[in-house]
Amino acid sequence: MSHISPVLWQFLVKWLTNFSLFPPEASKVAPEMDALYFFMVLISLVGLTVVILLIVGFSILYNQKRHPVATQIEGSTLLEATWTIIPLGLFLVTFVWGALLYFRIYTPPANAMNIYVVGKQWMWKVEHPGGQHEIDALHVPTGRPVQLTIISQDVFHSFSIPAFRVKREAIPGRYTTVWFEATEPGTYHLFCTQYCGTNHSQMIGQVVVMTPDDFRKWLQGSTSGNSLAQDGERLFASLSCNACHNSSADSRGPNLVGVYGSHLTLASGQTITVDDAYLRQAILNPAEHATQGYAPIMPTYQGQISEEGVFALVEYLKHLDSDYRIQQTLNTTVLPADNEGRPAPGANGPNTPGEVKP
Amino acid sequence: MSAATIISLPDQGTARIPKMNFLTKENGLLSWLLTGDHKRIATLYLVSITFFFFIGGALAGLIRLELLTPQNDLMAADTYNKVFSMHGLIMVFFFLVPSVPATIGNFLMPMMVGAKDLALPKINLLSWYLYVIGGIMMLYTMCSGGVDTGWTFTTPLSTHYLNTHVVSAAMAVFVAGFSSILTGLNFIVTIHKMRCPGMTWFRLPLFVWSNYAASILMVLGTPVLAITLTLVALERIFHIGVFDPAFGGDPLLFQHLFWFYSHPAVYIMILPGFGVISEVVSTFSRKRVFGYTAVAFSSVAIAVFGFFVWAHHMFIMGISNYAALVFSLLTMLVAVPSAIKIYNWAFTLYKGSITFETPMLYALGFMGLFTIGGLTGVFLGATGTDIHLTETYFVVAHFHFVMVGGMLMSFLAGIHFWWPKWTGRMYPEKISQLAALTTFIGFNLTFFPQFILGTLGMPRRYAAYPPEFQVLNVFSTAGATVLGIGYLLPILYLTWSLKYGEIAGDNPWQATGLEWQTQSPPLTENFPEIPIMDHEAYDYEWLERMQRKEVASV
Repeated sequence: MSHISPVLWQFLVKWLTNFSLFPPEASKVAPEMDALYFFMVLISLVGLTVVILLIVGFSILYNQKRHPVATQIEGSTLLEATWTIIPLGLFLVTFVWGALLYFRIYTPPANAMNIYVVGKQWMWKVEHPGGQHEIDALHVPTGRPVQLTIISQDVFHSFSIPAFRVKREAIPGRYTTVWFEATEPGTYHLFCTQYCGTNHSQMIGQVVVMTPDDFRKWLQGSTSGNSLAQDGERLFASLSCNACHNSSADSRGPNLVGVYGSHLTLASGQTITVDDAYLRQAILNPAEHATQGYAPIMPTYQGQISEEGVFALVEYLKHLDSDYRIQQTLNTTVLPADNEGRPAPGANGPNTPGEVKP
Repeated sequence: MSAATIISLPDQGTARIPKMNFLTKENGLLSWLLTGDHKRIATLYLVSITFFFFIGGALAGLIRLELLTPQNDLMAADTYNKVFSMHGLIMVFFFLVPSVPATIGNFLMPMMVGAKDLALPKINLLSWYLYVIGGIMMLYTMCSGGVDTGWTFTTPLSTHYLNTHVVSAAMAVFVAGFSSILTGLNFIVTIHKMRCPGMTWFRLPLFVWSNYAASILMVLGTPVLAITLTLVALERIFHIGVFDPAFGGDPLLFQHLFWFYSHPAVYIMILPGFGVISEVVSTFSRKRVFGYTAVAFSSVAIAVFGFFVWAHHMFIMGISNYAALVFSLLTMLVAVPSAIKIYNWAFTLYKGSITFETPMLYALGFMGLFTIGGLTGVFLGATGTDIHLTETYFVVAHFHFVMVGGMLMSFLAGIHFWWPKWTGRMYPEKISQLAALTTFIGFNLTFFPQFILGTLGMPRRYAAYPPEFQVLNVFSTAGATVLGIGYLLPILYLTWSLKYGEIAGDNPWQATGLEWQTQSPPLTENFPEIPIMDHEAYDYEWLERMQRKEVASV
């Protein structure tokens, strides 16, 4: 072996010591995904082995030297039915198993903590409810379901964390969601997997999984002073949303207190449940999403609010459980000084303890 | 090997290439450029797609060279993006789609059904011209700076965010698409209307069945691609707002429209290859294809189901969970006919009398690689694992196993198999067996590591990647080098054989198809008189009786 060049030698040693077939399993769903993956590897190996055995076996048994004259056979319904039904059965098993996993990954639990993600050429911007901003990084605690609400500001991107086995497309103009529960503290890859132009391969980052204690410390050390809901509140005031949405009896816009999660009848007669996606549409494209009983007089805010701003407004409205805040901002453009640094109502609600600077 | 062979060539001392054949009938450039003869058009196509294959192949070489190291060091990121986009566009639209149908299919279809030519010879020539015009537009795009949309033209990236030659690339594909529509149309009409007396549907060679299925896909699917590309161009030039959410458009609509063509396009590419494998496996095991009807109908089933699985490219794109469920189920169903085919081919070998000439080696290689390609498709068709594997190198490896391991192997099997018919001369057997082996080894070394890379999470279309992925990428690049040699060899020895190959005679493989019952190379009219089909396809006993009769009458 002394003749192997040292470069090659180091290369091989490095590979053999680091060789792995799987990324680390760092989320609750990762082992489940790998179980299905292994099952499929197994049926693939069996299927492939059967094909290879048949080809090699027949090639040896029936090559021309051994078997100079072919026996003509039409076919065999029984055999053909066998290799129709067995693959079909196996494929259906993987279909059901895969679908169970798919529904699990794309159906966030109700108690998940929400983090907002905006993709843009070529970076990921992450907004925590406590007001922590991150670029090309995502800090999450272990043992706690985390839901990501994702949108793209320009082209398609895709938010992929191989160690968690989750991935979701970031689409311009609509929210997508995905959730995970991290299990292993560590630093993992974050990739953009949808081709998005020049620096597609630089649109990468780190997912840092921390123990709940470390995460709390990180939140406290990284806060920007305002929670996301407070940012939303300021935006609400500065865009004069409260001029109409002021929950007074003669207001021109519907009362927004407690609107999140409620059932709403639209001017079109359609009944919908108010969620993040609806709120976004109603802000950016209000004409088509007007509430029944109100004139469609709201102007569009398309192009006036960044996607981060919309997220802040959505977060604000989500936690708007009394009209106190709206009353407070009704005739002010500057927030009272004693509000600085204090969490907005609901921002430290039951879902998000400890994320906001006390 | 030399003892166990079915090659029976005429006495080389006295044998001559027939003086009158489609190659010698007329001379001069114009006689080629204005020809209506399907065999000459097939030859024109063969030359043109080989040209584009080597451009696409050179681009693939550049991609693999860049990926040799984790850093983005060989070319700028933009250049890399252009290189993989042009590689995809050229390989898909200018090589894979026309590969078997427009060359081998064009050459054989009329002969296999016992006709003098395709039903619409001038349309056939027009289709080649459209292909060339599209090709020139693509070359123009490449030479004037290229395009970096990826072959998928994803909006809104392609419509609003890139300043490369998107419109000319889209129009090149648009024009080339019409060439494939015309070829498909021609095949459908020919198969319905031009079969010789006695040639019933179930006496047709399976090559005809699979090309028929592919033709239906071409005729029904390609117009949707044309519409989609037109919308991309209009959106880009006039901002009509079909796909742009800022104007109330829907970016997912593009995905639906694009994959509505581009998934069936996968079957347009692979189905004709299935046809080649049926012919080759039957001939070299001297046996009827096991379960002829099942193989024929599985082609049709693939064509029908193939239209209803497009959204499996969009599982992570926020389509409704229930839509994903339906498309996943249909995807599983479309996998079954492919499994049927593989096992039917394997059982065709059973109790056969097998020899291992080059086309058979390629065909056996195809069966192994296509099985892997197909089974890994199940990983991606199952919604759960698709979340992890999609948009990674797993997908890249999967479709290269199907397209290169499947389609290109079957194309090479077909080229070697019908080479003696086409040129009247044999290719050199030993070196071509070596080429087949080289291709197989190089292919596996190139693309198998990519499955692992994909599982580890390496995203596709990355010019730079995290250093821990390097070793597998080095294997892949090394494999690509071997693969490149495997593809260069046939070009060299096939060209050599045009002058120095042994005279093949009418039927060197002792095959049963009608195309083998006429001279090599065939007359312009294919047959001295229209044949009458009085036996089933792949009837080797009929062939033996015929040959005995000939010997007796001499």
